[in-house]
Amino acid sequence: MATVPGPVAALLEAALVGELTVIDADGRPVTYPLIPLWDGERIYLTSSTLFSRKLEHIRGNPKVSVSITDPVAVGGSPDRATIQGDARVIEDDPHGGWERLLPMWEKKEPSIVYFLKARVALPLFFERALIEVTPRRVLYWSGGDTDVAPVVATVGQEAA
Amino acid sequence: MRSTPELDARTGLDKLAGYPFQILTWVDDAGYPISVAVDARIHPTELSARFATPAGLTVPTDREVSLTGSHIRPQPGYGYDERRHVTVWGPATNAGGQLTFTGRTAWGWDESEVAFFEYSERSVAKSRKYFDALSAERGTPVKPKLSFGFLTLRTTRLPFLTATIIPVLLGILIAASHGFFDLGAALLTIIGASFVQLGLNVANDVFDTMSGADDANVTPTQFSGGSRVIQYGLVSFRQMATLSTIFYVLAGLIGLVLLATHGSTALLVIGVVGFIVSLGYTAPPLKFVYRGLGEVAVALGFGPLMLLGAYVVQTGGALAWEPFVASIPVALLVALILYVNEIPDRRSDARAGKRTLPVRFSPRTIITGYNVAVAAAMVVLVTGVVAGVLPVPVLVMLATIPLALRVSRGLAPNYDNPYALMAIMGVNVQLHLRAGLLLIAAYIVVLVVGAVAPAVSLFLR
Repeated sequence: MATVPGPVAALLEAALVGELTVIDADGRPVTYPLIPLWDGERIYLTSSTLFSRKLEHIRGNPKVSVSITDPVAVGGSPDRATIQGDARVIEDDPHGGWERLLPMWEKKEPSIVYFLKARVALPLFFERALIEVTPRRVLYWSGGDTDVAPVVATVGQEAA
Repeated sequence: MRSTPELDARTGLDKLAGYPFQILTWVDDAGYPISVAVDARIHPTELSARFATPAGLTVPTDREVSLTGSHIRPQPGYGYDERRHVTVWGPATNAGGQLTFTGRTAWGWDESEVAFFEYSERSVAKSRKYFDALSAERGTPVKPKLSFGFLTLRTTRLPFLTATIIPVLLGILIAASHGFFDLGAALLTIIGASFVQLGLNVANDVFDTMSGADDANVTPTQFSGGSRVIQYGLVSFRQMATLSTIFYVLAGLIGLVLLATHGSTALLVIGVVGFIVSLGYTAPPLKFVYRGLGEVAVALGFGPLMLLGAYVVQTGGALAWEPFVASIPVALLVALILYVNEIPDRRSDARAGKRTLPVRFSPRTIITGYNVAVAAAMVVLVTGVVAGVLPVPVLVMLATIPLALRVSRGLAPNYDNPYALMAIMGVNVQLHLRAGLLLIAAYIVVLVVGAVAPAVSLFLR
């Protein structure tokens, strides 16, 4: 089973927001703040169809990264990480397929269930695709100091 | 329409300088993005940023990299707020371990500048493009969905039926207080009048879509900007046009039944005028709302026409001053719902050639107009009582004056903020609803007193 080092998994579990970076048609990185949802093996993110350009980019190039950089968004932990991986867009059912991740989402953003109950007010926001990221390589900065070289791990192997 | 207008590099760097750290991102030689937090010294006037090369990593100088700032404020038990982010792209050069980044393009979003609801509305075209692409890929139409209940609620704007039910009930109650009551006709009147309003609500979306007014509106609220089911791809234009026709046909059939069973010249005239006012509200060639006559049409339709129509169905055509006078405060307050709801739509309405009153007049004039209309509603009520036309219990409607004052005081500070104005629009809807319910309660009192103590007069005459 592919997995990431324990401290990185802890960051993914704690992060209210991380940065998903995809690559556009010109080869440029495009970064989107999103809530990372970690199931112990893969990172999931959801994107409303309203903001679906990132999905187009992923279809064009599935290589992405998810970074956790903001100590405020992880409850004060100074550690930082970037997880590089391969993304897959899951859009079998934009209307409700993403709801399987709702329990994980609700843990980080409890208000989402109230918004979902008022789906009639903003229906397109809840038409969503899933982005599934399979980690391939992890860069980890214990203490968050990027003046120090990161610990690099290929997923499934011990940190180098 | 872009959801987030691209920023110029200077603006992007200006914003980036406000973040406690920046995220340097590039595409590495393996083809994956990589992000590293850096502490950049940003010089917006020079369109540059300088920072130390992250340890142990090689930042390319042969391709564009980006600097991103991202911010949230955690709110335990809720999630987070204060969302904003900005990204600036450009090349980087490396000199002695120091990287110099030159900004070229930028984009971002700050919810304190563009509210989330507006941000979402500006992105609707992106969602439609997504579903079009998915449909093409699957070879079958894929559309966004809402449950039948929510879709019905949204498409027909069902909660606004109070605008119909209040005057119709009042007309029925006033007729009852005059000794006329037919339950079957009363129910048919309520249903028929409701179909007229549902037809109008849906037709309004059809014609506002045709004119481009709803498409141009990026700040709709729950009270303004239409149902948007066409814009969201939830219901097709053709389906909406068909639905509106069905509602009008049903209303017409019920009207014919009432004419056949309780017909009179008065009912025929009210029915025909009502149909013209309803359809002509947005439909060419009349397009009342496009000419700044929407309030007049709404006042007429949801005031005297509904109330007198319900009254004459019960009386078999007999008219009286009392239902007419009672309809005037209701008419003014319902027209004020439209009047206030047009305020946040005024820019998109202007672009679509919809010359509503808030498009034509200054905020000061509009607010003065609101105060005058509310005062007129109250003055008509009191004058009606003093003149002995209306029964004394209707004065209970004056209890809604504090609501009117809340709306009046809330208009100026929120005039340019559609989302802040939403609360004021809600209070304004409540003003009409509660005033109407109090009038209905007053006439129930009149009926009860008339039944138990017929000798007691509730009129000052």
